[in-house]
Amino acid sequence: MNGLFNFLQSIGAFVIDSLASLGRSVSFLINVLLGFKEVVLRPSLLVREIYSVGVLSLLIIFFSAIFVGMVVSLLGYTILVDFGGEESLGLLVSLTLVRELAPVLGALLFSGRAGSALTAEIGLMKATEQLASMEMMAVDPVRRIVAPRFFAGLISLPILTIIFMAVGVYSGYLVGSEWKGVDAGAFWSQIQNKVEFRHDIINGIIKSIVFAFVVTWIAVYQGYNAMPTSEGVSRATTNSVVYSALAILGLDFVLTAIMFAS
Amino acid sequence: MSNTLIKIRDVYFSWDGKRDIYAGVDLDIPEGKITAIMGPSGTGKTTLLRLIGGQLKPTSGSVEVAGQEIPKLKRKELYLARRKMGMLFQSGALLTDLNVFENIAFPIREHYEFSESMIRDIVLMKLELVGLRGARQLMPAELSGGMKRRVALARAIALDPFLMMYDEPFTGLDPVTLGTIVSLIKELNDALGLTSVIVSHDIGETFSIADHVCILSEGKVMATGSPEELKNSDSAFVKQFVNGHPDGPMPFHFPADEYTQDLLAGKDL
Repeated sequence: MNGLFNFLQSIGAFVIDSLASLGRSVSFLINVLLGFKEVVLRPSLLVREIYSVGVLSLLIIFFSAIFVGMVVSLLGYTILVDFGGEESLGLLVSLTLVRELAPVLGALLFSGRAGSALTAEIGLMKATEQLASMEMMAVDPVRRIVAPRFFAGLISLPILTIIFMAVGVYSGYLVGSEWKGVDAGAFWSQIQNKVEFRHDIINGIIKSIVFAFVVTWIAVYQGYNAMPTSEGVSRATTNSVVYSALAILGLDFVLTAIMFAS
Repeated sequence: MSNTLIKIRDVYFSWDGKRDIYAGVDLDIPEGKITAIMGPSGTGKTTLLRLIGGQLKPTSGSVEVAGQEIPKLKRKELYLARRKMGMLFQSGALLTDLNVFENIAFPIREHYEFSESMIRDIVLMKLELVGLRGARQLMPAELSGGMKRRVALARAIALDPFLMMYDEPFTGLDPVTLGTIVSLIKELNDALGLTSVIVSHDIGETFSIADHVCILSEGKVMATGSPEELKNSDSAFVKQFVNGHPDGPMPFHFPADEYTQDLLAGKDL
């Protein structure tokens, strides 16, 4: 009887904790969004953060896109060639990248490269009392530190995703056409005929905007709420990457079902 | 008799809702004086500064600074009130990506649209006060602990506050730097007409500059008075604290079950 009571109690505590945590993160998000005005009034803060989270992520996005595009093209060719359908390689590569791989892999890489850095930076600022000292200088750290980083992430990831799409498709073309001998005209004309701008490309970009929102929100929230100790910051950084990955993959299924299932 | 700048009345505070850090604290901090908040580690001395600065809200009770009820202020009003408060953190809390000059210029740039030459003049004046005008190009990582604290002090007075709060300003300093910080706090208080609140457990240094001392323990104010009054106090608690006796009314042991019973229990209860 006692065991059952404890079990029910632990479920109750878990639900209450989860709801409290959700409430805190939503109220934190509202505060961050209210910082939009400050970000607009001081674009230099935003530009600095876009450089830090966006421009510095370019290299990893660029090289990942090259390899992913090449692998998809090579694998696609080996399957299509058995059926004599290698002229559809361009369609296969572009749809795979635009609809799925560029938004998802781009977001996963972004969370590992930029999201973790955001969490660690904000967490360490908290641990070294820099955020508290800003509060005492009458500067709101959520508006001054967190908001520019959040909006920089929101802007950067969709742009990085578009770059991923373009680089991936082109590297796929190089493998398919230059190496495996697929006709270049067929490769590009299949893309031109079958890939719809609104249905495929825009939906891919919408996915990346949703992922950018969630990944950056998780990263800044984890950093801001990190325990102000070295262990706390390390745990927050791990949580940031793990939660982001789960959120990206879970949301990807939902978005794919809404966008492409019918 | 000077005016009271900070009035704390019947303040209760708890982190977790179970153990009270404060259980009905009443405290007056006089204007223009140096008041020391002392007490054993873990009594919530720093928490008191955070309540005064509005970074924490009491569970109940009133914290009034210059006639403003801090816990009831709206966000904007609170940030306006903080412009007139300076706080020196134990670690200095300098912004690590900015050099010494930019750290001190930071609050000025955030709140005022002064010309660069004016900001330069203000920053150099503040740095001159703490003797670090020549270190303005250094990064925080290049500074010693004492220099960091002096830069943080210059930054805390950048907005010309009327209230300065010092969180453990004497901890971890070599004797020369310690002497410098002690005299700086006293000189700044007198020269700028500040009200200073020092949180510390260093008896010697604190008593040498404080006009008024308040000792906190077990969530309450245990004693108040001038350093002389406390040195001559008959209270067993004050005697133990001031003379640093290991045991007395302030127990050495954290509350626990009876020792033998605890050992024989064989497991954690």
